[in-house]
Amino acid sequence: MKRHLISAADLTRDDAVLILDTAEEMARVADRPIKKLPTLRGRTVCNLFFEDSTRTRISFEAAEKRLSADVINFAAKGSSVSKGESLKDTAQTLEAMGVDAVVIRHGASGAPYRLATSGWIDAPVINAGDGTHQHPTQALLDAFTMRRRLIGPDAGLGQDLSGRRITLVGDVLHSRVARSNVDLLHTLGAEVTLVAPPTLVPVGVETWPCEVSYDLDRVLPKTDAVMMLRVQRERMNAAFFPTEREYSRRYGLDGERMARMPEHALVMHPGPMVRGMEITAEVADSDRCTVVEQVANGVSVRMAVLYLLLGGNEPAVTHTRTEEK
Amino acid sequence: MSKILIRGAKVLGGDAQDVLIDGETIEAVGAGLSAEGADVIEAEGKILLPGLVDLHTHLREPGREDSETVLTGTRAAASGGYTAVFAMANTFPVADTAGVVEQVYRLGQEHGYCDVQPIGAVTVGLEGSKLAELGAMHESAAGVTVFSDDGKCVHDAVIMRRALEYVKAFGGVVAQHAQEPRLTEGAQMNEGIVSSELGLGGWPAVAEESIIARDVLLAEHVGSRVHICHLSTAGSVEIVRWAKSRGIDVTAEVTPHHLLLTDEMVRTYNPVYKVNPPLRTERDVMALREALADGTIDIVATDHAPHPHEDKDCEWAAAAMGMVGLETALSVVQQTMVETGLLTWAAVADRMSYAPARIGQAKGHGRPVSAGEPANLTLLDSAYRGEVDPAGFASRSRNTPYEGRELPGRVTHTFLRGRATVVDGKLA
Repeated sequence: MKRHLISAADLTRDDAVLILDTAEEMARVADRPIKKLPTLRGRTVCNLFFEDSTRTRISFEAAEKRLSADVINFAAKGSSVSKGESLKDTAQTLEAMGVDAVVIRHGASGAPYRLATSGWIDAPVINAGDGTHQHPTQALLDAFTMRRRLIGPDAGLGQDLSGRRITLVGDVLHSRVARSNVDLLHTLGAEVTLVAPPTLVPVGVETWPCEVSYDLDRVLPKTDAVMMLRVQRERMNAAFFPTEREYSRRYGLDGERMARMPEHALVMHPGPMVRGMEITAEVADSDRCTVVEQVANGVSVRMAVLYLLLGGNEPAVTHTRTEEK
Repeated sequence: MSKILIRGAKVLGGDAQDVLIDGETIEAVGAGLSAEGADVIEAEGKILLPGLVDLHTHLREPGREDSETVLTGTRAAASGGYTAVFAMANTFPVADTAGVVEQVYRLGQEHGYCDVQPIGAVTVGLEGSKLAELGAMHESAAGVTVFSDDGKCVHDAVIMRRALEYVKAFGGVVAQHAQEPRLTEGAQMNEGIVSSELGLGGWPAVAEESIIARDVLLAEHVGSRVHICHLSTAGSVEIVRWAKSRGIDVTAEVTPHHLLLTDEMVRTYNPVYKVNPPLRTERDVMALREALADGTIDIVATDHAPHPHEDKDCEWAAAAMGMVGLETALSVVQQTMVETGLLTWAAVADRMSYAPARIGQAKGHGRPVSAGEPANLTLLDSAYRGEVDPAGFASRSRNTPYEGRELPGRVTHTFLRGRATVVDGKLA
């Protein structure tokens, strides 16, 4: 595995399966009375958030704390960044303070890549979402959720998602979640279909390792999991689609549409959901919807990534089991 | 000593000849000229070209002297073999009045490295709504003949039409930065396969092509000539080719970087590759080379755009657009056009000296290397191979996309009206 996690496309199949297997072990820790491992004791992780994102930040923070890391939260608002400090200077400041890893969320596509490759900083960099580029830990937690549900927590170990049919619906153009998921799911052997109005599909998509459809109803019966992407209402004003109602009618998931899916099929959403827009309350609250589970799995997957990037080669959990004896 | 003998140079890449300079002019060209009373420059194996002319340079003075000044910019130009540069109008204040263009012109004359011909803004403040005093700039000491809002497109069709018509009164030309503004809101790079993967806002080819198509039709309608800045797509080439076949008076330029680099470079997210118009695809690069070879594209222009280090040492979206180019242009043209067999050195003289001087009406520049002509000359060691080292640039800025890249050719001497501005590869 590479030193940094910048893009889901950087992961080989074996890397990805190792992360998912490790995350499965981490998930078991969450079932114990004491949910903490000593693995990253004495290591400092900085959550460097240039963009507001409470849920991703909290998820990383929980993962870091469960691994006993010391956590520094750096939010750009109200900091020196809002006074004009550059990414480079911020990075070098953190480096000087001796952080062992940086988790970065940034509004500019490529900012984590620059951070990792410009020589500004030595520590491993984990991309927690950059612009409309990538959000690799989101893709990992989605894949983890699919594997658990479609194959099973134990049966899934060592397995990829070969032959599973996954559909992503919504604003692909502006979605880092879509890009990361297409890359990772393809690596894991799944067949991916993107469904969106043509205005929300990027020019150049024809080279992506997936299919594209404009017709949700035709795709749903052949889907093992459908992932609804958030659609911002403001897109309407830039003429990406005529009205919210028309969008919901053509691309939203309601109970009737959900019924066309196979019985085992999952409904997923990276959150935050816009209820009434891309998903109805009926679907969001149904048993098939994994939104809450995805959040829980996010912590396990991020623990696995932090452990594998920072913790070295020893097995994550067996190591602590020995300590417990 | 007022006489200089350049001995044994391949004039325009042809047979070895001697060129004798007396004062400001070329006295004789021929074999075995007498060296009596002259300084001799041994130029065996080197290529002698007319002094290069750049129709598209940003010198940044007044206003952004932290990135370039007329002095540093003209020193960079001389280093690259240029004897005349046209300075774009997007300074602070904008070169939209006689006062500003005269200042820039005089600074060029005072420094003496390279003639500076200011370009006047088409519209007041480059805002695209009100014509600047084009006539006053033409009648000023700077004698402006080229007008451009470069950096911004004259997107209003009526304003563009009026500008094209108005400059006919004094034989001026409007140089259009072709970029449909609505189609390029938030644009960060070429829209295509790479932008879709990188998640960077797309700058579609059609935003350039639609403006060029409109403007050649406007030029035809009002009987004016129009010049297209930094043409960057295969589609633009086809439109210009069509317009020329129809007899429309259009000329076009291509930058060295669009002849060499593609949007694949953007995968590094290194803003040194961020430029406007953006780097395009391999297919576009090949179409541009072919068009420059067959004359559809008339000239190479650098779009030399200096930026301070901090404006490039950051994340892509926050970075400024533009690359320096004066000191590497001839090398890039040698690699992409001469060594590929697409252009002879005589044709390079046309694309980088004669034609830009003709389009911009630069007096005394772009003249043949023959007796009686002004001694504006460039001597090139085309056998040289070396890595580009920005630390050695004369420009105040270092934002080159070629750092560490091996490029062929090195300008060893530049003469501006008989006076050496570059000697043995160093500024005189």
